[in-house]
Amino acid sequence: MKKSIDLTLKIWRQERTGEKGRFEIYRANTISQDMSFLEMLDVVNEELTKEGREPIAFDNDCREGICGMCGAVVNGRPHGPEKGTTLCQLHMRHFSDGDTLVIEPWRSRAFPVIKDLVTDRIALDHLIQAGGYISVNVGSAPEANSIPVSQHHSDKSMDAAACIGCGACIAACPNGSAMLFIGAKISHLALLPQGKPEAARRAIRMVKAMDQLGFGNCSNITECQAECPKEIKIVNIARLNREYVKAYLVSEEK
Amino acid sequence: MSWLFSFIWSSLGRKLLMALTGFCFCMFLVMHLFGNLMLYGGRDAFNGYAEKLHQLGVLVTVFELGLLTFGIIHVLTGSILFYQNFAARPVRYAVRASGGGQTLGSATMPYTGFLVLVFVVFHLIDFHFADRTNATIYDIVSTAFHDPFHLATYIFVMIVVAVHVSHGFWSAFQTFGLNHVKYMPLIKGLSLAFAFVVGLGFGFIPIYIALFRGQ
Ligand code: HEM
Ligand code: FES
Repeated sequence: MKKSIDLTLKIWRQERTGEKGRFEIYRANTISQDMSFLEMLDVVNEELTKEGREPIAFDNDCREGICGMCGAVVNGRPHGPEKGTTLCQLHMRHFSDGDTLVIEPWRSRAFPVIKDLVTDRIALDHLIQAGGYISVNVGSAPEANSIPVSQHHSDKSMDAAACIGCGACIAACPNGSAMLFIGAKISHLALLPQGKPEAARRAIRMVKAMDQLGFGNCSNITECQAECPKEIKIVNIARLNREYVKAYLVSEEK
Repeated sequence: MSWLFSFIWSSLGRKLLMALTGFCFCMFLVMHLFGNLMLYGGRDAFNGYAEKLHQLGVLVTVFELGLLTFGIIHVLTGSILFYQNFAARPVRYAVRASGGGQTLGSATMPYTGFLVLVFVVFHLIDFHFADRTNATIYDIVSTAFHDPFHLATYIFVMIVVAVHVSHGFWSAFQTFGLNHVKYMPLIKGLSLAFAFVVGLGFGFIPIYIALFRGQ
């Protein structure tokens, strides 16, 4: 049986970067519980458009939890209250009739609000750029056994590579730290032979970039791990810490 | 040596400073607790212990200077990190909820740390710099703990210290990069156990003196 619910939404509205924003209250009525959170916002936006009002801006692309574009903080939880889900994969069956939802953008000095719930996450690209290149030959696929990789390492590397770069870790961190993001990138490459030659340089440069981009410092509070839609673990931060110390103490890099 | 500066002064380097100094303080707490246990032996046992300790002479001074240096590093670095972390989120969330990651300890590190700092200052004035011409160290401690205000504050701060190390202990391991599924549960367990030992160990001594020992 289909069930529909009525919600009260308190949504952050902000014209553009640097401008003062405010919460505005909207009603979302007869929302099907089969909808996703973004589809619920689509319904609200359709109403707003019909009334000639400005629709609520929010980021999204794949709507299947793999691109990392979507994300907002719902009642204090990045990507909403469900574990291991992106906002686009969050379904309205997890909410009840009469709920009030406060919806805010990621809050971080490194992520300025562009409009409403849309933030500028270019800082994450700058971090990736700072990490630099790895040396793999282009062309046809290499012979699978020419570079041996243990299943164990490849699994761990894949776990880290699951990061979709949505920024929820930074949004969730009480310190606004990007350590889980960097930890995932460092681990992803440092665990594989292909990423080893540049591992030291990568660790030093990514941390330098992180410090310059306005992120906070990690206090091992682990809210990032709790909120990551891909459930990336803080063992990756520990590996980053090791790689970083190694880079300074036993490599030529500085 | 500029690499050393870049290393130490990066966010990660500062974290390592916090972890190193914090972990040394944890070890200091263990030693301090063993010393304090002498209070259960009464006046002579404790005064005897204090005397033996001071016979170490210059070693004590070196140790004290080391603690002071580490203290300054821990407090200054902690303050810088606290400021930077605060500044990293200029607009706060209207609603904040935990996803289950944070604990009482981790959420309050700067505040419990600050309380400990204030306590340490008064603690040193009370016991370390106390005038010992007319009273032995045991008498000074005993008099203090027979005062209800002293007693209550001391016990409260011991709980605060326990909360600080309940996160700090395992967090230092994570900062050093020592996190592995094989032993992290053990370290987390140790962290909690350490917090209990510190809280109960230090906290029960003044209660014992106030209740079971005459002034
Ligand atoms: C009994 C004395 C103390 C002990 C045993 C202690 C121990 C620790 C330990 C083990 C850590 C964890 C380091 C890490 O996360 O890697 C820590 C963190 C911290 N301590 Fe202390 N501490 C003490 C006193 C203080 C004082 C006096 C202050 C400040 C006024 C302070 C402020 C902090 C702060 C702010 C952190 C968190 C740093 C961060 O991760 O961002 N602590 N402490
Ligand atoms: S829209 Fe792609 S992950 Fe949500």
